[in-house]
Amino acid sequence: MRFGIVVFPGTWSDGDCYHVTKSVLGQDSRYIWHTDTDLSDIDCVVLPGGFSYGDYLRTGSIARFSPVMHELQKFVNEGRLVIGICNGFQILCESGMLPGALIRNNCVQFRCEWVNLRVEDRKNNFVSQCETGQILRVPISHGEGNYYADQETINSMLNDNQIVFRYCNEFGEVTAESNPNGSLNNIAGIINKNRNVLGMMPHPERCCEAELGGKDGLYIFESIIKKFS
Amino acid sequence: MSVSDEILNDIALSRAEYDKIVLGLGREPNGLELGMFGALWSEHCGYKHSKLLLRELPSESPRLLVQPGQENAGVIEIGQGLAIVMKVESHNHPSAIEPFQGAATGVGGIVRDIFAMGARPMALLNSLRFGPLSESRNRYLFEGVVSGISWYGNCIGVPDVGGEVYFSEVYSGNPLVNAMCVGIVGTDSLMKAKASGSGNLLILVGADTGRDGIHGASGLASRTFEDDSEEMRPTVQVGNPFLEKVLIEACLEAVDTGKILAMQDLGAAGLTSTVVESVARGGAGAKLNIDMVPRREKGMSPYEVMLSESQERMLLVVKPHDKSYIEAIFEKWDLDSTVIGAVTDDETITIYDESVEVASLPVKILTEPPLYNIDAVEPEYFKETRTLDFGMVFDKGYSAEDILLKILAFPDIARKQWIFRQYDHQVQTNTLEGPGADAAILRIKGTNKAIAVTNDGNGRFCYLDPYVGGAIAVAEACRNLSAVGAEPIAITDCLNFGNPERPDVYFQLEQCVKGITAACKVFDIPVVSGNVSLYNETRGTAIWPTPVIGALGILENANDRTNIKFDNEGDIVLMLGSSNVSSDITGLSGSAYLEAMYGKVQGVPSIDLAMEFKVQKLCRDAIKEGLINSSHDVSDGGLAVALAESCVSGNIGFRSDLQLGNDWHVALFGESQSRIIISMSKDKLSKFEALAAEESTPWILLGVVGGHSLHIGTLMDIPLEDLDKAWSHSLKESLL
Repeated sequence: MRFGIVVFPGTWSDGDCYHVTKSVLGQDSRYIWHTDTDLSDIDCVVLPGGFSYGDYLRTGSIARFSPVMHELQKFVNEGRLVIGICNGFQILCESGMLPGALIRNNCVQFRCEWVNLRVEDRKNNFVSQCETGQILRVPISHGEGNYYADQETINSMLNDNQIVFRYCNEFGEVTAESNPNGSLNNIAGIINKNRNVLGMMPHPERCCEAELGGKDGLYIFESIIKKFS
Repeated sequence: MSVSDEILNDIALSRAEYDKIVLGLGREPNGLELGMFGALWSEHCGYKHSKLLLRELPSESPRLLVQPGQENAGVIEIGQGLAIVMKVESHNHPSAIEPFQGAATGVGGIVRDIFAMGARPMALLNSLRFGPLSESRNRYLFEGVVSGISWYGNCIGVPDVGGEVYFSEVYSGNPLVNAMCVGIVGTDSLMKAKASGSGNLLILVGADTGRDGIHGASGLASRTFEDDSEEMRPTVQVGNPFLEKVLIEACLEAVDTGKILAMQDLGAAGLTSTVVESVARGGAGAKLNIDMVPRREKGMSPYEVMLSESQERMLLVVKPHDKSYIEAIFEKWDLDSTVIGAVTDDETITIYDESVEVASLPVKILTEPPLYNIDAVEPEYFKETRTLDFGMVFDKGYSAEDILLKILAFPDIARKQWIFRQYDHQVQTNTLEGPGADAAILRIKGTNKAIAVTNDGNGRFCYLDPYVGGAIAVAEACRNLSAVGAEPIAITDCLNFGNPERPDVYFQLEQCVKGITAACKVFDIPVVSGNVSLYNETRGTAIWPTPVIGALGILENANDRTNIKFDNEGDIVLMLGSSNVSSDITGLSGSAYLEAMYGKVQGVPSIDLAMEFKVQKLCRDAIKEGLINSSHDVSDGGLAVALAESCVSGNIGFRSDLQLGNDWHVALFGESQSRIIISMSKDKLSKFEALAAEESTPWILLGVVGGHSLHIGTLMDIPLEDLDKAWSHSLKESLL
């Protein structure tokens, strides 16, 4: 399979994602410059973290107009896999490929720290290698990761099992103390109705090697690879 | 004499210096020319009061790829065709006036110094000093600086892996914000800032030029603060980290083509220093068409354009036929690139505004400011600070437990996660040890190697004895490297002092430099780059002399590393460096104990550099032999604090049955140098004993890891939760 990693001006997790898919997992991988429009050779598109266009106006609000995003919409409509991490999640929400929005952390500060995520539903291509209820330890690094959607949208997502990750404590309990940014329902990652687009604020690419403090990110990349093997 | 005192004051030149300019030129300079002199002859650019001293610093190492001071940053070879580029720089005065932007642009500036050399910035560190957080102005400065660093560093995708913060009244009006950046470059891609070759083009890339930062170098960085400092706010630059990020990528892509002849960032004194310094290095001159410089606003004079310190700009030197090739790269990144002039061979800077010559100055005169050597005089305060008696130490009758909990909560010692969790310390996925470690460790992908980096400075020690304090700053920085297993290979320094024209401040500067030099010689490491920040005074009161040492170490095998966390129940804990935990009362000199408990900065610190070297070597060797499970240097707060930090970080207790005598204050809280605590499995002890004996380095068995409290003889038994509460939560609480 081949991963395609999109690079917008201001993206900075591109190299980290490439390192994991290519060097750690040995998968074919290439960068996609934001003005490229050919995604035909790609099996899974990664929208990595960073500050696309500085995120000065609103996270992802400029990046959504990049030429690649038009192609990405078609790619998504064809049912192919897209994972948005951090800024990638923000861009997916901004462009309407995922519901809701990510607003300023309720602590009004940037947060870079390890968090625990509870896998809410393993029945999708991004966490198939996990158990439902499994706890993953993954770092966050964002200033605007506070997930918000109106109640109707939340209800519909709950109904359709679209909430994939929730912030929890080390025992898997979803508590206010374990929520690092004020996200509604402790939401850390969601999937679209068609279950081919995942957005998550935490950075799985930062925890795929033991020397970096943990390997739980591998569950996510290996789940994606599993689909194509 | 046509120039007024007022104008000279604006650009911080003396009348004598002006006369020297007139003599050199054989005429009076015009306004633009005088402004350029003001910038280049400022302390910040010209090192008038420090250059003669800085020449003493060691600059020899087989690993050194460029001579210190000749390029934007130091370059140290680490093998396998790779080199590390590093530098520390101050942004004190801008941060005192506008903390958020001052600190942010301090980060931006140091990062540009690194990628100007073709290196990819891979880590940031910072060293900060503020007045006590009990004052609201200081809280405002502190929170502003931290959020400015966070904002800029996080956006550009360079991890902020470590730093240090101290608080004292002496920094109240004049906080210190020193930013350090470390980058990596292939030795064959190293860029230099040496412009030569008549006819080669000068291309300005990045941001448009605005009116921000004019007189930053001369007005802000090179004089002391008075009551009207608020009015200097417009001299602080405004940063755009997104532009910096794009500029990093575009410049490194351009370097990869092999078509960039030289590159130099625009920092202090803007275009003036960039052009003049790069052609000076190349023994060349330059012709500039100032009207070509893209501007943010209409009506800017040549003076404003030449002295603007607008951020996120870089100057490239390119052969004429490579112009369009390079321009295409910047266009891809949506960046402006503009030919603003060319290199000449007349060793003169000539500036044209719409074809009219507006300035013409010989490079040699511009780059050779007068150098001053002041007669140093020992400070008066020594008479009061050099005594220390036991009455001072015991008179309040605090228990050891009370003291430890109070010191752990003392802002200098308190855990700094309130700060570092606002910094992305993991991006680029090289961070093996991040903030909170003795030194941060970054792996070098594609090799087995890792580097360790730290920055350290102790104003208390330098105030009490600038020579010893300077030596301790180097020793402690190196000790932090050795404590994680890295061998020190180079340092960079930022010398923060008061007004050097005062004999007692000059004494501090001179002695500190001598102390740094002495320590570097023992460790056989060079000072590869650095920065001097003088005039750190407010209303006549100087800061403590505060040299900040940024140190680089190498781990040939990244797996041979350790951290401060006590690990396993039953591991034994040893202290290297002494066969005794006690010392005489001088061990409390300049200690956090004296300041936290008694509000005193008192005594005469000391260091035995030969012992320091041996202790560090033994620690590194033991780590390499795989004998050690944790190690932590004993520094601020002394032995008890070091033990508490290792306990809380590892979430496990420690028990010592040592019976301490009446001098337990000194044993637990003294800050004698050259000590490291290590923990190891019992069965490694005989091997360790043999190693220590072979190196004839003293050590003492302190106790055993285990339980849920810090237990020392009959003196203390404090539950982990209480230690954690005091150490980990106090900084946040002091901000409420």
